Amino acid sequence: MKTDELVSLLAAGEVAVPRRTLPSRLALATAAGLLASTALMLGLLGIRSDLPQAAMDPMFWVKIGFAGLLIVAGLVATWRLGRPGVKLGRLPPSTTAMPVLLLWMLALASLGQATPSQRVTLLLGETWSSCAFLIALLAAPLLASTLWAMRGMAPTRLRLAGAAAGLFSGSLAALVYSLHCPEMTAPFIALWYLLGVAIPTTLGTWLGPRLLRW
Amino acid sequence: MERHGGEKMSEEELRRRLLSGLSGDNRAYHAFLEATGDLLRRYFHRRLVSLPDEVEDLVQDSLLAIHDKRKTYDPALPVTAWLYAIARYKRADLLRRRQRWEQRTDSLDKETALEPSAPEHDEMAGRDLDRLLARLPERQRMAIRHMKLEGLSVAETAQRTGMSESAVKVGVHRGLKALSKLIQGQNA
Repeated sequence: MKTDELVSLLAAGEVAVPRRTLPSRLALATAAGLLASTALMLGLLGIRSDLPQAAMDPMFWVKIGFAGLLIVAGLVATWRLGRPGVKLGRLPPSTTAMPVLLLWMLALASLGQATPSQRVTLLLGETWSSCAFLIALLAAPLLASTLWAMRGMAPTRLRLAGAAAGLFSGSLAALVYSLHCPEMTAPFIALWYLLGVAIPTTLGTWLGPRLLRW
Repeated sequence: MERHGGEKMSEEELRRRLLSGLSGDNRAYHAFLEATGDLLRRYFHRRLVSLPDEVEDLVQDSLLAIHDKRKTYDPALPVTAWLYAIARYKRADLLRRRQRWEQRTDSLDKETALEPSAPEHDEMAGRDLDRLLARLPERQRMAIRHMKLEGLSVAETAQRTGMSESAVKVGVHRGLKALSKLIQGQNA
């Protein structure tokens, strides 16, 4: 087929596109993923029974804020990297780095004030062996739905786009997990929550070139 | 292929036509694609000096991608930034595929060197696409063939095939989607 003919063909059909199809697809994917992830959390783990008291503790809000900022970074990166010619910009990297650095500073301060035996408790809490794994598990449906949304877009940097989808899913999962998680120390969050978000991010980086080609 | 490639359409003209196209103006969209084809051809000619036979295929591949992904255009961006980002991606994708292919077929280099050189690329692209077309369902193929071979309008195609106008449109639309999938599969 000659290129002229291809052009005529493409222009002959329905060429109009409904507005805002991309944002609604991403919103739909996020809602579905979040629903599945929350259902998984409720069915498998349950909400911590002392949530009302925990909500009075500033550390609870540190956790929420940490996850929240990473969610913003992941969402903006996903949205930008999904469209050709849109630059990633400075916001996503700085909104990823800032909460991590702040949390590390908080963790170091808290470790500095503690005795050596307390430090181990601060770092490992009671659930260190399952925390990161459970966040990654809760991130799985979100990663699947976010990658689905991204397949409807047109990412040109596939590894980075996959990483963005992973960061978005992982931090949303961390938010969901914090409704269950009993741990309330900065060192614990700085280590295990970060690892929990890093797992889906790494997985997304690996999956990007495999699932997002078009 | 360079016959309407004389005057380069300005960013502003290109953008206006794309936006009209996206709100349903087929003529404007046609002009946009035509100008984009020229733009892409120039772009790939400069960047695929060692693979001149691939240029026209890549132009077509990119045009299909641009059409398929037209909803990803952000009106806040220059059209050319969007177009060239897609072109760059399609070119990188082609080079990556060729590299992989060459690694697999390294030992056959001597034999392939003996084969006659590739025929004129338009003819080759035609044969390829005709073969792919043959794999589409009847209704989609009919719709595409009538509008392609005879350059008929939607209404005329509907009359000849006995399909409704919307069925023709849907047939062309779905056929093109399937076609672009087949092309991807073939290139993978």
